[in-house]
Amino acid sequence: MTGVRVLVGTRKGAFVLTSDGARKNWEVAGPHFGGWEIYHVAGSPVDPDRVYASQTSAWFGQLIQRSDDGGRTWRTVGKEFLYDGDPGTHQYYDGTQVPWEFKRVWHLEPSLSDPDLVYAGIEDAGFFRTTDGGTNWDELPGLRAHGTGPSWGPGAGGLCLHTILQHPTDPQRLFIAISAAGAFRTDDGGKSWTAINRGLVSDGIPDPDAEVGHCVHRLAMHPARPDTLYMQKHWDVMRSDDAGDNWREVSGNLPSDFGFPIAVHAHEPETIYVVPITSDSEHYPPEGRLRVYRSRTGGDEWEPLTAGLPQQHCYVNVLRDAMAVDSLDDCGIYFGTSGGQVYCSPDSGDTWSPIVSHLPGVLSVEVQTL
Amino acid sequence: MSVRVKLPTHLRRLAGVDGEVSLDVTGEVTTETVLAALEARYPVLRGTIRDAATGRRRAYVRYFACEQDLSHDPPGKPLPPRVTDGSEPFLVVGSMAGG
Repeated sequence: MTGVRVLVGTRKGAFVLTSDGARKNWEVAGPHFGGWEIYHVAGSPVDPDRVYASQTSAWFGQLIQRSDDGGRTWRTVGKEFLYDGDPGTHQYYDGTQVPWEFKRVWHLEPSLSDPDLVYAGIEDAGFFRTTDGGTNWDELPGLRAHGTGPSWGPGAGGLCLHTILQHPTDPQRLFIAISAAGAFRTDDGGKSWTAINRGLVSDGIPDPDAEVGHCVHRLAMHPARPDTLYMQKHWDVMRSDDAGDNWREVSGNLPSDFGFPIAVHAHEPETIYVVPITSDSEHYPPEGRLRVYRSRTGGDEWEPLTAGLPQQHCYVNVLRDAMAVDSLDDCGIYFGTSGGQVYCSPDSGDTWSPIVSHLPGVLSVEVQTL
Repeated sequence: MSVRVKLPTHLRRLAGVDGEVSLDVTGEVTTETVLAALEARYPVLRGTIRDAATGRRRAYVRYFACEQDLSHDPPGKPLPPRVTDGSEPFLVVGSMAGG
């Protein structure tokens, strides 16, 4: 491992940031697809040159881009995301039923073993897959057929399937999360799904501990401990040690347990990171101080990480897909902000510095360790 | 029949073209036949102007020609003669919505 490639999706294009293992000097390339919203850029774990990007626009719809040279050049691939059969209806903000309708691809998750196999999470919430490198996309309709679909409602960002986690050794086991439906698990490669939300409690829905309806913002897992899941919910940071069957709150001493991303250290399964945000109506850090919080105990006990981060007059947000880690010996932590900064800590969060400071608002950050 | 089509910047980049596009349209020149010819020449544009499955115009896209808004005309309605004879372009426009 000699360096890193940071894949950044923004509201106005994609950027590729590269550095050697020191992570001090950076080469910045982009914007790719200037002017388009890039919800996510993700590389294949088995072929780092293979990179996929979700390119979208309110004007001109959805495109999927593929690179075979690490993000230097791109070509469009398939962009047809058609629900399987009659998609039916789901709940709208006002509680009425509206038809399921494709809006955009939020998240692309390349397979751990095959660069041509990619999972996609879309809005309105659906789980899709390509097995031919992006030419064709097919829905795995078992998720929407879970039976609770008509009760799913959108979060502020839409009814989005935004998180996909793969079990490191069992390709049949996947976890996904939807705002605002909750978390689900499949043990048969996506044919059938189980809602895994026991222990979640959410104000703002009629039954606070309902089976579904929770606004889960993000899930994270360490591959060495795949039964342990971490969750940043709308409010509350949660943890499960039985693959999502049961959850307990681990917000502990956080100044706010509202937030979007959550990430796990590459080498320490009990070291996790969140970025507290003031509240659901004030999407900026408490007291205008940008602090990443780290727990080395898998939650409950948290310490603020501030070295190099603005500690006054900072009112940016960090979105759910905008935090990632590398797997160099000294684990690097990265996040991007709504203000266009991408920060890197090359020392597990102890110190931070901006790689770039003036990009468009950052939607997603992924890291490839090269 | 050769019809001139002017695309917005993002779609020109996607299609890899500069300036206007000139399309041979067979049969009656309508919004439907012009867009079909456009998408046949540049498959990457399928779905960017109208929904690929339903053919419905995307919400933030408009069709103008000869200083008229044709967005709400039936897709099978003949386009103005000055578009048909190549004097005026058919404009695909991204609506002004900031960003």
